[in-house]
Amino acid sequence: MASRPLSDHGTGPAVECRDLVVRYGSVTAVDGLSFTAEAGQVLAVLGPNGAGKTSTVETLEGYRRPAEGIVRVLGWDPVADHRSVVSRIGVMLQRGGVYPTMAPRQVLRLFSHYFDDPEDPDALLDVVRLRPVASTPWKRLSGGEQQRLSLALALVGKPAVLFLDEPTAGVDPEGRLAIRQIVAEQRDRGCCVVLTTHELAEAERLADDVLIVAHGRQAARGSPRSLARRATDPAISFHAPARLDLASLAAAAGTSVDEVSEPEPGHFRIRGAPTPTRVAALTGWLAEQNVPMSDLQTSGASLEEAYLQVIAEADR
Amino acid sequence: MMRRLAAQSAAELSLTLRRGESLLVTLGIPVIALVFLSEIRLLPTGPGRPVSFLGPGMLALAIMGTALVNLSIATGFERGYGVLKRLGATPLGRPALLGAKLGAVVAVEALQAVVLVGVGMALGWRPSAAGAAAAVGVVLLATAGLGGIGLVLAGVLRPEANLAAANGLWLVLLLVSGMLAPLSKLPAGLADVARLLPSAALADALHRSLSTSTPVAVESWVVLAAWAVGAPLLAAVTFRWE
Repeated sequence: MASRPLSDHGTGPAVECRDLVVRYGSVTAVDGLSFTAEAGQVLAVLGPNGAGKTSTVETLEGYRRPAEGIVRVLGWDPVADHRSVVSRIGVMLQRGGVYPTMAPRQVLRLFSHYFDDPEDPDALLDVVRLRPVASTPWKRLSGGEQQRLSLALALVGKPAVLFLDEPTAGVDPEGRLAIRQIVAEQRDRGCCVVLTTHELAEAERLADDVLIVAHGRQAARGSPRSLARRATDPAISFHAPARLDLASLAAAAGTSVDEVSEPEPGHFRIRGAPTPTRVAALTGWLAEQNVPMSDLQTSGASLEEAYLQVIAEADR
Repeated sequence: MMRRLAAQSAAELSLTLRRGESLLVTLGIPVIALVFLSEIRLLPTGPGRPVSFLGPGMLALAIMGTALVNLSIATGFERGYGVLKRLGATPLGRPALLGAKLGAVVAVEALQAVVLVGVGMALGWRPSAAGAAAAVGVVLLATAGLGGIGLVLAGVLRPEANLAAANGLWLVLLLVSGMLAPLSKLPAGLADVARLLPSAALADALHRSLSTSTPVAVESWVVLAAWAVGAPLLAAVTFRWE
């Protein structure tokens, strides 16, 4: 039986994954993931590299078939109903995807011909602030300009669902602001936005809902605020060169090595009360090692803190 | 569908014509070789004026440059840049994409034919108008076969490796093809292999239809048709979009 586009009738989620499993040969990239996202909602999928974020999104986009489970976009099967799905979604790949010699205006016009009721390409140039470089070939655009063009290409077809894979990677602060505004506008006009990101501050600002994925499974789910509240464990976290010796770091902080972790390369976390004495001992130890540090945090209530805690637990 | 096909065809043609370096293999080398080798008798081109042999031969070479080398290299890089993957998430569709690429190839081939026939006639070639219909059929079949070979390479190899492979194959097919001199000048074993290749069948068929006003050999039709079916099918099976 043909699957019906439920969401177009105002019922059912815009995006649905049920017990999704994605495998590459013997490697399981996604291992039983279930979630939904609604129209007018921004869902951020977070997780370390290799957690299965891109595999999940690309299955929803119809690039790969689930090994097990079911995915639906607007009620359709992205592989079997590919033509219906691609006319209603906008896609921003993690990188590339544009003819290197084509300029923004030309490629936007080309893409606009693919859709029955497209946005005006010239208006989109203004939306993503690329008019000054409208005639510059893609290969000569900056990384941020390339990302903004990819976003504009995702918007050409007036999508009902937007899939953005690392939309702010390599984008300067001004570009980030532009991308944030565009995502908010799309949500406000009823678009369902699914984005993956490494940048937790970005997710905290953008997302209504956060899904943290580790080892292909759901590690946590909730609004940025509810997740942040969950991270009540007192801790100190900071950035420093990757692969510091955790044992001697623990000794310096006066705690056991079990309480010290490096959830992402260069990001360290010490569980326990962030007393001034402990912070002083820690910074003293770093000074002895002669290594730089940044982003020293002693609070518990941020999405970043929650994320690091969730990932550390998933790794345990 | 037609709107998408028309827009994509215009884009493909514009991309093709903007790749300056590709003009070397599609027009530069065939025209220079035609002029040089017709005026300076270096090659045993058989009885008659050298241009009568080299005209069809260099036309075949030009077709090979467009349908095989150019298509393959461009498609390989589009695959490497993620363009093909991105297009897969649009309503363009594979038939329209392939149709547009084919349209751009045929348009460039028409341009090549005008230039090479014009240069050849200036050098004294008198191509047979009666053979034109057969020649067009031969070129279309050869385009499908050579294009299929190019897409097999582009769909499997890294873009840089594909660039080298397509150019290398172009050189091998040029030497073992009867484009520069009759196949009878090759060692017998090599000539037998050559007769099974689309390049040699294309060169011989163009030579017969345009210069000697004789019917295209049945074997040439069979070889060209076999490649025209087999190579695109193999490409469809082996092509990896990312």
